[in-house]
Amino acid sequence: MNRIVLVLSCFLLFVSSSLFAQVVNVYSARHYDTDDEIYSKFEKKTGIKVNLIEGGSGAILERLKREGKRSPADVFITVDAGRLYQAEAAGVFQPVKSALLSKLVPANLRHPDGKWFGLTKRARIFLRSRDRVKEGEITSYEDLVKPRWKGKVLIRSSSNIYNQSLVGSLIAVHGEAGAEKWCRGLVANLARVPQGGDRDQIKAVAAGEGDVAVANSYYFARMLNGTDAEKAAAAKVAVVFPNQGNRGAHVNLSGIGVCANSPNKANAVRFIEYLMGTEAQEVFAAGNNEYPVVKGAGTVAALEAFGSFKEDKVNAAVFGKNNAAAIRIMDRAGWR
Amino acid sequence: MKSNPGRYWSVACFALAAVVLLPIFSVTWNLTQDSEGVWGHLAETVLGKYISNTLLLALGVGCGTLLVGVLAAWLVTAFSFPGVGFFRWALLLPLAIPSYLMAYAMTDLLQFSGPAQTWLRETTGWSRGDYWFPQVRSLAGAVFILVLCLYPYVYLAATTGFLSLSASVIEASRTLGASSWSRFWRVVLPLARPSIFAGVALVVMETMAEFGAVDYCAVDTFSTGIYRTWMGRGSFVAAAQLSTCLLGAVGLLYLLESRFRKSAKFHHATQRTQPPAPARLKGARAWAAFAACAVPVLGGFLLPVVRFLQLTVEGGDSRTGELFIGLAGNSALVAGVTALVAVVCGLLLTQLRRRAPSSSNLFAVRAAGLGYAIPGGVIAIGVLAPLWWIEGGVNDVTESVLAWGPGLFLSGTIFAVLFGYQVRFLAIPLNVIGAGFERIRSTVDDAARTLGASRLRLLFGVHLPLLRGSLFCAALMVFVDVLKELPATLILRPFNFDTLAVRVYQLASDERLSEASTGALAIILAGLVPVVLLTRVLKPTHADSAPPGKSP
Repeated sequence: MNRIVLVLSCFLLFVSSSLFAQVVNVYSARHYDTDDEIYSKFEKKTGIKVNLIEGGSGAILERLKREGKRSPADVFITVDAGRLYQAEAAGVFQPVKSALLSKLVPANLRHPDGKWFGLTKRARIFLRSRDRVKEGEITSYEDLVKPRWKGKVLIRSSSNIYNQSLVGSLIAVHGEAGAEKWCRGLVANLARVPQGGDRDQIKAVAAGEGDVAVANSYYFARMLNGTDAEKAAAAKVAVVFPNQGNRGAHVNLSGIGVCANSPNKANAVRFIEYLMGTEAQEVFAAGNNEYPVVKGAGTVAALEAFGSFKEDKVNAAVFGKNNAAAIRIMDRAGWR
Repeated sequence: MKSNPGRYWSVACFALAAVVLLPIFSVTWNLTQDSEGVWGHLAETVLGKYISNTLLLALGVGCGTLLVGVLAAWLVTAFSFPGVGFFRWALLLPLAIPSYLMAYAMTDLLQFSGPAQTWLRETTGWSRGDYWFPQVRSLAGAVFILVLCLYPYVYLAATTGFLSLSASVIEASRTLGASSWSRFWRVVLPLARPSIFAGVALVVMETMAEFGAVDYCAVDTFSTGIYRTWMGRGSFVAAAQLSTCLLGAVGLLYLLESRFRKSAKFHHATQRTQPPAPARLKGARAWAAFAACAVPVLGGFLLPVVRFLQLTVEGGDSRTGELFIGLAGNSALVAGVTALVAVVCGLLLTQLRRRAPSSSNLFAVRAAGLGYAIPGGVIAIGVLAPLWWIEGGVNDVTESVLAWGPGLFLSGTIFAVLFGYQVRFLAIPLNVIGAGFERIRSTVDDAARTLGASRLRLLFGVHLPLLRGSLFCAALMVFVDVLKELPATLILRPFNFDTLAVRVYQLASDERLSEASTGALAIILAGLVPVVLLTRVLKPTHADSAPPGKSP
């Protein structure tokens, strides 16, 4: 008897939370403290409660996929175009038509049918040693495989999605064979077995383990505001935006889409539109030293100092689609 | 034994095992699915490396923990030397540190750009290539880190094993002229073997399922391959198939052990579990013992804690107070509930095995513990699959009758988390309590039954008191493991439910080690509470109970 009461009350609790209050249920693979700040501002402004599950992208996506038509998720936020593509291919997004969103988000940073929208963007840049590499000595991703850089290049494991997307963008430019040749050249030039995160690559350049590191822009920006040791390391390297003479630096993004079975679709769209507002964009991007996708939103001071740069305009959906091919290529090239 | 109540009892236990087996089965079920050519590609490129690395890692960590854990356990139970009372519990401290955080701390400290090597270069004027330094991000580095993290499992198991040896066995061997070493090799070790094997088996399973630390050490194992296949190629089927291979390996391990020991029984003649009085060590021997106990505590606990403290001071988590009270509460609550339930389930299942040691029962009990060897993320999906299936059925019915469905009332609630932890951690009580049972002679049961004791009386009056140490150990290990657990929690948790481990992961995975260090310290602090409680169990009772004049 007691058990029945318990089960019933659990039901009621669960049901009441989904029936009687205005909510938007967010599954997110992004987690910064400033995100919470934005969510609570949205709650205050609209009276819509934000329910949140954060976790690893692949795992959350798997849950979302399998929950199917009964999934409570209204929106899914994830990082990297490759993952947005996987989510879209798995059918967890639904198209959204919003004149406001089409106006605010540039065309190369959103899905053609409105299945997802870029939230923030980051560039995959080089950090060169100020002592050992002159300005202008290395200027493009293609330069990384030149014999000059044998034993000098630092980059993390190919398991990392940022590298997979970079190779995906190279496939878009050079084709699969060209990209594989590039990967083999890169492996031949590595200073050490790929290990650690992006910041570890930058620190290794500062310590003299190699001459040029490949890393996402926000990691370096964060080091500039980090501990004393990190600041000291950051002072020994300089930012290089690759491929400024041709297609532009590889830019990746974090993005958001409305889930296919969203029980609160109107709230979901409202939530996304709120995140594209200037204020939300600024806080959202600043939380991780990223670039806002919406024009007119201010950039964080740390990034401002790097100067402006030319972006590779290829639609993020393209290198997202190349993800599986990129991994096969990297496995074959022996990039761990 | 063929009485009806006994039969119901068996059926109930079998049902319990079946519930836990469902998720494991749902993972292995993927063997029948098509993985779209992933295997061909893996076999061509990286599979060989995955296999050799996993074997070497498991072997290295297994042997390393065996050496460190058994040696330390023998020293603190059989001898007295300076600091022995302190080491008895301090040797457990590394339990409180999640392995991925240990890996972060160690690599941060020992890598080329880390403080240790930077100091070396600055004081000597060397630069890259001028000197040799052990590479921490390597297979050897991963073994080193995991041995430091995991040896307490073996230490704990061996200590409970050694403490339950009765003084009379040791004294008999002493009387027969055996030296302390030959006593150890020929009497103590064989008698404590079930406990030690239970500990090592847990270590090996944990090692095979380990992802964070291994990945951070740049070693490609089956487990990292599973995640790479899953996340990178979006193929859960292939990932589940790879996980099933890990299960096969664990099955093989159990098979080997049962072959190895054949029909040997390890309980000893007397049930007087009064431990032998320790021998006093003096001079160089005392210091050697001191060092053997101090090194694991220093490396496995003090070093990372000092580093985390330093990082916290430099730039800790800015939301410490606001988040930690709630998070620590959540963590402790789920860990406590899980530990309690797991110990009860473990006791029921090992009981079954003891009462009716048929091969089908043995298999069911063994299989119920396999969740420990599957990477947490994969088992989490395995846990959700049957829940979704049940929910689907219930919703279909209620929707057609009432035009309303309860939605995801299992998988979307805390139930999924608690169930997932059972599946993942049941191996601990099964192994630890199982080893405890093996030390109790079956004639004890027969005697109790002959004297007219009911099954319940036997359990509560005889078994439970004798198993006290094992039960405590199992509960502690589950509690601490839940505190540290991450991948399954991440997938299974309901809306707005955070734990300490999740918070730490969110920061650490984003390379914000300084901020993560505050949460790491909180996990360590929470883990210390049960460790300190356990010290009371691990304390030999001979001083209190031995009649005066008898101790040397």
